[in-house]
Amino acid sequence: MNKIVSKENFSANVIKFEVEAPLIAKARKAGHFVMVKVGVKGERIPLTIADADLQKGTITLVVQKMGVSSSKLCALEAGDYITDMVGPLGKATHIENFGTVVCACGGVGTAPMLPIVAALKKAGNRVITVIAARNKDLIILEEQMRLHSDEVIVMTDDGSYGTKGLVTNGVESVINREKVDLCVTIGPAIMMKFVSLLTKKYEVPTLASLNTIMVDGTGMCGACRVSVGGKTKFVCVDGPEFDAHLVDFDEMLMRLGGYRDIEREEMANFSNH
Amino acid sequence: MNHSEERALAWRDELRKSMKAKERTDIPRVHMPELNAEYRSHSRLEEVNLGLTAEMAMLEAKRCLDCANPTCMQGCPVGIDIPRFVKNIERGEFLEAAKALKETSALPAVCGRVCPQEKQCEGQCVHLKMKKEAVAVGHLERFAADYERESGNISVPETAEANNIKIAAVGSGPAGLAFAGDMAKLGYEVVVFEALHEIGGVLKYGIPEFRLPNDIVDVEIQNLQSMGVHFVTNCVVGKTISIKDLEDDGFKGIFVASGAGLPRFMNIKGENLVGVMSSNEYLTRVNLMDAASEDSDTPVFKGKKVAIIGGGNTAMDSVRTARRLGAERAMIVYRRSEEEMPARLEEVKHAKEEGIDFLTLHNPIEYLGNEQGRVTHMLLQVMELGEPDASGRRSPVEIPGKTELIEVDEVVVSVGVSPNPLIPQSVEGLEVTKWGTVVVNNDTMQSAVPIIFAGGDIVRGGATVILAMGDGRKAAKSMDEWIKNN
Ligand SMILES: Cc1cc2nc3c(=O)[nH]c(=O)nc-3n(C[C@H](O)[C@H](O)[C@H](O)COP(=O)(O)OP(=O)(O)OC[C@H]3O[C@@H](n4cnc5c(N)ncnc54)[C@H](O)[C@@H]3O)c2cc1C
Ligand SMILES: Cc1cc2nc3c(=O)[nH]c(=O)nc-3n(C[C@H](O)[C@H](O)[C@H](O)COP(=O)(O)OP(=O)(O)OC[C@H]3O[C@@H](n4cnc5c(N)ncnc54)[C@H](O)[C@@H]3O)c2cc1C
Ligand code: SF4
Ligand code: SF4
Ligand code: FES
Repeated sequence: MNKIVSKENFSANVIKFEVEAPLIAKARKAGHFVMVKVGVKGERIPLTIADADLQKGTITLVVQKMGVSSSKLCALEAGDYITDMVGPLGKATHIENFGTVVCACGGVGTAPMLPIVAALKKAGNRVITVIAARNKDLIILEEQMRLHSDEVIVMTDDGSYGTKGLVTNGVESVINREKVDLCVTIGPAIMMKFVSLLTKKYEVPTLASLNTIMVDGTGMCGACRVSVGGKTKFVCVDGPEFDAHLVDFDEMLMRLGGYRDIEREEMANFSNH
Repeated sequence: MNHSEERALAWRDELRKSMKAKERTDIPRVHMPELNAEYRSHSRLEEVNLGLTAEMAMLEAKRCLDCANPTCMQGCPVGIDIPRFVKNIERGEFLEAAKALKETSALPAVCGRVCPQEKQCEGQCVHLKMKKEAVAVGHLERFAADYERESGNISVPETAEANNIKIAAVGSGPAGLAFAGDMAKLGYEVVVFEALHEIGGVLKYGIPEFRLPNDIVDVEIQNLQSMGVHFVTNCVVGKTISIKDLEDDGFKGIFVASGAGLPRFMNIKGENLVGVMSSNEYLTRVNLMDAASEDSDTPVFKGKKVAIIGGGNTAMDSVRTARRLGAERAMIVYRRSEEEMPARLEEVKHAKEEGIDFLTLHNPIEYLGNEQGRVTHMLLQVMELGEPDASGRRSPVEIPGKTELIEVDEVVVSVGVSPNPLIPQSVEGLEVTKWGTVVVNNDTMQSAVPIIFAGGDIVRGGATVILAMGDGRKAAKSMDEWIKNN
């Protein structure tokens, strides 16, 4: 049981929690995640540890409402308890001064990108963050990103905010204007696939943080497996970050869709309550 | 008292003489009452075996000859005094029988249910030499343990005066639980760290309710708690806290019992298709997450044509689960013949009664899917048996060109597990084999890093509950000695 110390709405669908977890706060590094379960019959879902406060013994989670489990979590208030939380899991992001780093994120990927942006900046990198969404209302965490980036480029599909275009257009504009040493991308698999194809063309080394379906998050089940360079890897223990140019995104896309029908049904049931 | 002193007690002598050996061996072996096969193949949570009545147990106990040289005990990996507990059942002293069991086994209600008895105690029973069926030691063990639990007279073992020495167990499977119990008895302050949100290891997340009800494991856990054992769930040692942290916190000994939780795949084409998964994933969803219940948020596929690859207990548990979740065709695909199957005999029998198809001498070589990437077919290579291999079993050999294409909508890969690499990777100086198992001194269970002892599947690879439990007890004894001499 972990107590929620504070709750803040970044937008209608994105919520920031500070949660008591002294051991995790002490052990975590950028890129680590926790598995969170709300309720006795809840699902275990992975969430990136956005930040930690050693003094208070808390960690920060930034959660976007997607389906049943993230919605249940977002419905909790300060003072409530999260039933189960375990971590820090996964391999920490390898942080060093690479030079210029482009962080390309969109959709579900913006929240988990935040701690990576912050850590890269702290290590002395020039950090250019590209945030993309369908329209203005779906752009999240812009302010927080600005705090830790040298530049933030906002892209919307419909041009309602920032520059009209896709995340790839934003990344390409940076590559065309200056030397980029590393690209980090987190978002929907389809987005990461296209970012990866683009940076491969320009030979910019790229890390993708993969958000596969997980069950235990400790290497026990294999639900999170992906093919990287022709080898099967478990995202929860071998990742979540991999060399994007080696990831089989088509396979990952296919696997992510696996439970879509069941989940839609569950969400419909959940909304009816 | 040792076995022969126990055997010489007056009541035992009298009981032995009360009936002729011939009369004893002539009694037919008891049949475990069980749920109707058709009914139970739709009932996910009800235990299949219903347990013996007191009359049945007492009659079965009569079959035991109370041998002077009980070979059955040699077959039991922990050397339970089998005739002693069986004869106590015969004379109706069921609580005494349970007590006799608990002197050696930390989890008799579990082992009575899940031990591969036909390869262990029952496999060595003298009856077999006389062409009779072995005494049903497993059923009797279960009876005595269940009787004690249900009587409400469960004895909480006495604990020695607290010595205020802190020791830790990593993992709450049978090895960790047995270790914790023995150390608590010796007066240690025991903390068990568990990565998952539930205590019990494979007993909870792996073995299904229809074979081992969670309640039974929970009673054992409550017992340990009342002996003062402290459990910390959601704590991955090596991640949340390190072994070093534990040492710094004043833990004087650490027993690693982290199991063999890493699923193996076969690395064949199409294995990452949607609908193909490890048995760990399948059973974790259904058992740990209760995914098949309406009120659970975790989803699980309920395939109609389900293939399970493998022939061990995990494969049997998976295939019978698939059947219970509504599979019209649930298949075991195994590359050797039924004779070589490592699963418990009873599970194979039960699976057959429940309408499971056995495709033995078949091995998958590829899975095929549709446009959405969902598995639709498996391509099987037909095999035949060749010469015995290193394991002593006849090895499967491909029959060139002979394949079969079979429709499936779900595949569960159950071809074994590897040791959990987390601890071996995170501790410097620990000696690890090429299979990833932790190397220990077989007599003491102590590893190359003196403060660390290890046992169960992390040392043996996928083994059995009773061996894991035996390791836990052995480690407790030797850690106690080591701490006292240090
Ligand atoms: C390592 C890791 C770190 C993550 N960190 C964060 C984080 O910091 N903040 C955050 O908000 N989310 C994060 N996620 C994603 C988060 O785990 C999922 O959004 C969550 O599991 C959705 O569960 P649900 O029951 O609410 O939705 P579901 O009912 O499971 O899904 C609703 C919809 O979202 C899609 N979906 C589900 N999971 C994912 C996914 N992983 N990626 C893309 N689409 C998905 C489904 O296909 C479905 O259409 C992370 C995922 C991983 C693997
Ligand atoms: C489906 C299935 C059916 C089986 N059927 C039978 C049977 O019928 N008869 C039989 O005798 N055997 C059976 N077995 C095998 C038997 O269950 C195992 O041999 C036994 O459970 C091993 O015990 P253990 O204590 O070593 O490990 P486990 O039971 O695997 O427990 C290990 C525990 O450690 C935890 N852990 C791992 N790493 C860490 C960490 N770093 N920090 C904290 N905790 C950690 C795990 O989460 C787990 O709970 C079966 C196994 C399976 C999977
Ligand atoms: S513990 Fe297992 S092998 Fe030993 S007597 Fe009991 S059932 Fe037989
Ligand atoms: S070998 Fe068989 S008959 Fe003899 S003591 Fe053991 S169980 Fe009884
Ligand atoms: S989530 Fe189970 S192995 Fe990665």
